[in-house]
Amino acid sequence: MSRAAITDLYRIDDLLSPDERQIRDTVASFVDREYLPHVGKHFRDGTFPTALVPKLAELGVFGAALKGYGCAGLSNVAYGLILQELERADSGLRSFASVQSSLCMYPIHAYGSEAQKERWLPGMAAGKLIGCFGLTEPDFGSDPGGMRTVARKDGDHYVLNGSKLWITNGSIADVAVVWAKVDGGAADSIQGFLVEKGMPGFTAKEIKGKFSLRASYTSELSFSDVRVPAANVLPKVKGLKGPLSCLNHARAGIAFAVMGAAVACFEGARDYALSRVQFGKPIAGFQLTQEKLADMLQEIVKGQLLGLRLLRLKDEHGKVSPEQVSLCKRNNVKVALDIARVARGIYGANGVTDEYPPVRHMLNLESVYTYEGTHEVHTLILGKAITGLDAFGAV
Amino acid sequence: MKILVTAKRVEDPESKIKVKPDGSGIVPEGLKYKINPFDEIAVEEALRLSAAHTGDVVVVSIGTKDVHEQLRHALAMGATKAVWVNHTGALDQLAIARLLQKVVEKEKPDLVILGKQSIDDDQNQVGQYLAEFLGWSQATFASKVEALDSDAEKNKQPGLKLTADKKGLTVVREVDGGLSTLECSLPAVVTTDLRLNQPRYASLPGIMKAKSKPIEELTPAALAVDVAPKLTVTKLSSPPARKAGIKVADVPALVEKLKNEAKAF
Ligand SMILES: Cc1cc2nc3c(=O)[nH]c(=O)nc-3n(C[C@H](O)[C@H](O)[C@H](O)COP(=O)(O)OP(=O)(O)OC[C@H]3O[C@@H](n4cnc5c(N)ncnc54)[C@H](O)[C@@H]3O)c2cc1C
Repeated sequence: MSRAAITDLYRIDDLLSPDERQIRDTVASFVDREYLPHVGKHFRDGTFPTALVPKLAELGVFGAALKGYGCAGLSNVAYGLILQELERADSGLRSFASVQSSLCMYPIHAYGSEAQKERWLPGMAAGKLIGCFGLTEPDFGSDPGGMRTVARKDGDHYVLNGSKLWITNGSIADVAVVWAKVDGGAADSIQGFLVEKGMPGFTAKEIKGKFSLRASYTSELSFSDVRVPAANVLPKVKGLKGPLSCLNHARAGIAFAVMGAAVACFEGARDYALSRVQFGKPIAGFQLTQEKLADMLQEIVKGQLLGLRLLRLKDEHGKVSPEQVSLCKRNNVKVALDIARVARGIYGANGVTDEYPPVRHMLNLESVYTYEGTHEVHTLILGKAITGLDAFGAV
Repeated sequence: MKILVTAKRVEDPESKIKVKPDGSGIVPEGLKYKINPFDEIAVEEALRLSAAHTGDVVVVSIGTKDVHEQLRHALAMGATKAVWVNHTGALDQLAIARLLQKVVEKEKPDLVILGKQSIDDDQNQVGQYLAEFLGWSQATFASKVEALDSDAEKNKQPGLKLTADKKGLTVVREVDGGLSTLECSLPAVVTTDLRLNQPRYASLPGIMKAKSKPIEELTPAALAVDVAPKLTVTKLSSPPARKAGIKVADVPALVEKLKNEAKAF
């Protein structure tokens, strides 16, 4: 797909360095050639394009913002630009990259032992090993501190029991970063365990019947007396801040990435509106359509500036605060979802089929609205930062 | 083995290209640019040969500083160094070939690979001129025996093969109705056709590494080449707009129209 000049009305391109632009354009042409022609079929069939994994690895996509261990060592802005292009194709492919990079490689990189890093990171960067991240449980989503998965110390092993739900890549993963409470402790006892495919008592089952992120595998993980060697515990973090810091890392990229889906919907709707004639003129010529397109572009420009600023802050300071991430995730996912819905309408009846992209993006974004902190949870994070009052729990 | 390749900056064929109303050129606003696809194939082939036989790949581009984008693209794919001939304004094929000749004499490669033509003005002359000026052997329209979905291609095997004594090159050429195989002595000039290889994507770490690779600047004056054009473009015009199609009721009606209106048979 050639990009419309109007999409970059504010010359956001000029805020990128030449190598950032080159990285973005390389991933863009990869996606245009290697995935866009096939994405509709994967979504329809409910399959993830596993054949793309080694190719994306060859490009250097996985763990792109991490240093060493075969990772590309790019800036967070470059990483965000990569994700945005993947998202422009399909949020399922972007979700794979986010989970692999930010939710599995990142915790191993940040909190793992040297031996764990050597063992997993180069293979994951090369796309030979796939990772997943198990935090959510059937009874604990927005409130992960209540989790029931437990690990009981037994000599030089831990015995893991419990289950995790809605785990992206679960059924195809070689390693799962699983968060569990240790020895019946409270939330501050939570630790990360590297559970390996094939460990006795560990099973992963694909969840069927999703209308969203169909081109991505989502699974249920079960642990029944799984004996995990103590050497597989992430040694450098304890408590809820372990998983939450991973999520903060992932969300920053996602908050920027969703504008890729918004751009695909906007450019598609614009082209469609220019070619579809009703009442003797292109529907793009009606004021009502123009208002929709104007609103879309306005939100895309704002969302991209917001996302770019967030990732620049991250590059400049080495981190961003949860509130900073929440504002961007909350805004950008919501506007991307709204843009996809309005674009869907512009396509008329064609818009309800998988022959055209907006309904696919619209359905995908429903997941993005819910995962990585629901829209409401980000509202509460901001509310707490603004007022100092915690509106989450009962007390 | 040292190989020199070219990387011309051309309009992205996916951009909407409009001719200026006075026919003096094309409207530059909103255009995107990329490396000439045939040159990209040349870069890929050079990288495969240099991986198999060790040696440097030097990439050359002529134009304003904008061509750094195309040089950086080739460097990110894996070329070792770049040469930029800094020039603003129109150049004809003779001038380009003369400039390349001087760069070749300076760099002394064993082989020059360039696109058979650039997709902007489709001239198909520079490679042939260059071989003549250098007095080197030439092989045009290099192709691959194996299909582009074959294992040889998947394993990134070069289509150009060095002869056993390493003094020559076997080149499969695309000709009307088939392939012809040539053997030519080195040094040589080879131009690439479309089915020689599938260029790799630049890797993202490769893009970062390319930043620290050298780009040497030269000028036509420093190379002592008179680039005053001997050929001038007098007018450009768009192809005529396609007329709207019609719908026919059934196959007999279609055959009737093909026969009597389109005179297809
Ligand atoms: C496709 C997909 C992939 C996923 N991948 C992963 C993964 O890889 N790893 C992983 O660990 N998890 C994953 N998740 C799970 C996701 O993170 C959770 O769904 C999310 O945290 C919400 O939890 P829940 O679904 O249990 O909803 P709940 O927490 O039950 O929330 C239901 C509703 O109540 C609202 N709500 C909850 N608490 C409050 C409150 N205090 N105030 C106001 N409103 C509230 C929520 O905003 C939401 O609207 C995935 C989910 C999906 C859909």
